[in-house]
Amino acid sequence: MSVTVLLFGILAVVAVASGISTVMSRNPVASAMSLVLHFFTLAGIYLTLQAQFIAAVQVLVYAGAIMVLVVFMIMLLNVGREEQMRENPGYRTIIGTALGVMLAFQVGKTAFTDVAGRHVLPPGSAVTGTTEALGETLFKMYLFPFEAVSLLLLVAVVGAVILAKRKI
Amino acid sequence: MLQDFLNSAPIPLLSALATLVMLLDAMKRDGARIVFGFSVFSLTAAMAAAIYTMFLPDKTTAFNNMITCGGYGAYFDIVFCLGGVLTLLAARPFLLASNTEHGEFYSLILFSICGMFLIAHSNNLLTLFIGIEVMSVSFYILSGYLRTSRFSIEASLKYFLLGAFITGFLVYGMALIYGSAGALGYNEIYQAVQGETGARFPMILLLGMGLLIIGLSFKSAIFPFHQWAPDVYQGAPTIVTAFMSTAGKAAAFSAFIPILAVLTPESSSPVAAKIGMLLAVLSAATMLVGNISAVVQKNIKRMLAYSSVAHAGYMMMGLAAGSVRGASGIVFYVTAYMFMQIGAFILISALERGSEERYQNLEDYAGLAKKHPVMAALMSVFMLSLTGIPPFAGFFGKYYLFTAAIESGYTWLTIIAVISSVISVYFYIGLIVAMYFRESDVQEQDSRPGLAGISLVISAAGVIILGVIPQFIDKIAKSLF
Amino acid sequence: MNLQSVPLEYYLTLSAILFVIGAVGVLTRRNAIIIFMSIELMLNAVNLTLVAFSQFFGDPGGQIFVFFVMAVAAAEAAVGLAIVLALFRNKQTVYVDEVNIMKW
Repeated sequence: MSVTVLLFGILAVVAVASGISTVMSRNPVASAMSLVLHFFTLAGIYLTLQAQFIAAVQVLVYAGAIMVLVVFMIMLLNVGREEQMRENPGYRTIIGTALGVMLAFQVGKTAFTDVAGRHVLPPGSAVTGTTEALGETLFKMYLFPFEAVSLLLLVAVVGAVILAKRKI
Repeated sequence: MLQDFLNSAPIPLLSALATLVMLLDAMKRDGARIVFGFSVFSLTAAMAAAIYTMFLPDKTTAFNNMITCGGYGAYFDIVFCLGGVLTLLAARPFLLASNTEHGEFYSLILFSICGMFLIAHSNNLLTLFIGIEVMSVSFYILSGYLRTSRFSIEASLKYFLLGAFITGFLVYGMALIYGSAGALGYNEIYQAVQGETGARFPMILLLGMGLLIIGLSFKSAIFPFHQWAPDVYQGAPTIVTAFMSTAGKAAAFSAFIPILAVLTPESSSPVAAKIGMLLAVLSAATMLVGNISAVVQKNIKRMLAYSSVAHAGYMMMGLAAGSVRGASGIVFYVTAYMFMQIGAFILISALERGSEERYQNLEDYAGLAKKHPVMAALMSVFMLSLTGIPPFAGFFGKYYLFTAAIESGYTWLTIIAVISSVISVYFYIGLIVAMYFRESDVQEQDSRPGLAGISLVISAAGVIILGVIPQFIDKIAKSLF
Repeated sequence: MNLQSVPLEYYLTLSAILFVIGAVGVLTRRNAIIIFMSIELMLNAVNLTLVAFSQFFGDPGGQIFVFFVMAVAAAEAAVGLAIVLALFRNKQTVYVDEVNIMKW
């Protein structure tokens, strides 16, 4: 067992636990905090994959920006109180959960049968995940989607103003 | 680079103009009229650019194979722009009547059309994803546009939560396809899937494809992912519903056709047969569920929403057929459906005149022929076309799709389609009967459609012209593949 | 079993498990904000798949995709929370089962 494997094991356990805690917590603030922890563990898992840039952006964007927004909303709306769970879950919930577990099982199974044998990161992988390599690809190959996504951000800005401003 | 811009002219042009529309609105106080005029102009310009690129001599790609130019995409661009213009013309009287006219509405419509352009032109999973998101996020906002209305905001919330949920599946599907094919571009994926060695991980590819089909099915409201449609279409402002249920659906299908062509292996293989059968079953279920649910509806928007589910089922027949005839049938049907569905919804929006109470229930339409003979006549045209009665556009749309399905060996699917069309007669013709042969005791004040009248006339003309000379569009549609 | 490094299938399986945890959260919770957080959980699971594939095949495309998924998540966060805010102003609730004037 190398250090990476050990690290991955610990991070994976924490990631699953914090994910479950996000979904199960009665208190929205507790949910949000678990989610922040989850984002940090994912960043750690990205590091075991040697994807440094994504790991950094993960912390900056998700844990930094999006979660601040969510926590802000929880505080603003003062919905930090405990939530009653749904009494007898509807048939959709049960079917959905069953289908979800099947999906996870299926992906896991195919991953172990189909993909098995890919144990080692290729030697160049430390280079693939650097800011330099990604920037090169982003601004050469994927310049068009990069410009196109600015439309999306513009739409989001306009939309947030329209929906949330008291008086337009 | 310049050549890329010229070949893909509609996309950069409309993106720039849409941003300008937004700026214009910010600069000019109370300038909604100018913003409106400029928006219509922008769409017309984009349409002209699309017509120009459609006749490019050869089919090329632009920006490192991120998008395709001309041909297929350009045809859909024209359809989207047409839908946009019809919506905008009807939107102004609608918004003025409810006293909610803001320039942002027009720029959001333009932005959503930019997203549809990206979808129709996408030649890369990334472009497709961004296109879908630009369109969907605009729709979430537009359906909640009347934010003080409980209906509107409820529709918006439901649409957003379910839409974002399904986005997760969509991206997961894309990720698995990427992992299996090793690339995001359609060309590379095609080579990986069709090549001699096949995809790296065939099972992962199938799973990814399934998830991607789920995602796109949601966007086009196909059973069992249609349940958002009635609520959202009923709650959203009627004019937004008109746009979402036509252009939005057309965009989803414009993504469906190329992605299935890329991912389905050669038509003789067993996997292809299985995928075709899956699509056929989905199609049959969609049209039956849509039409049967529409029968029991009391609210007209809800009824049309279920009928739009059924129409997605008809279009799905073309996908199941998996042939050029099927694809061109979808293209024709999308065009015909655009006119008839948008016409019906715009007519409702014109009758509503800014109130969320008037003309919502089917019984409100009793005796409409006496009060508004022209409106009743136009509504009858749209309803007859939606039923699929000749000589209107809907008939030929169904005809092309049915023959495509039969040619590919799906006779049972065609029989189900005919049965469900017969079911749909009940509520479409029922509305006409109510308008003409039932009396109403409600006194009605004057209800002039204003600019919406132009949209209505264009839609009705489109329905009739497509019904009289369907060969014209059919020929163009066939030349796209 | 003696592992020197973590195999790809472990990452894929972990990602599938996280995805399903998020999906179950969406289906079982009533609070719109928590549903939104569950959706973020799903998107993050997808990101893990993408990064794993991308690193194991030495192709940066997947990580570029992750970058865009993050942009989309940010845009959805802004719009989604604005919708929740507008809903709260209207009905003083963030529970989706109390939002039901139209049949769900």
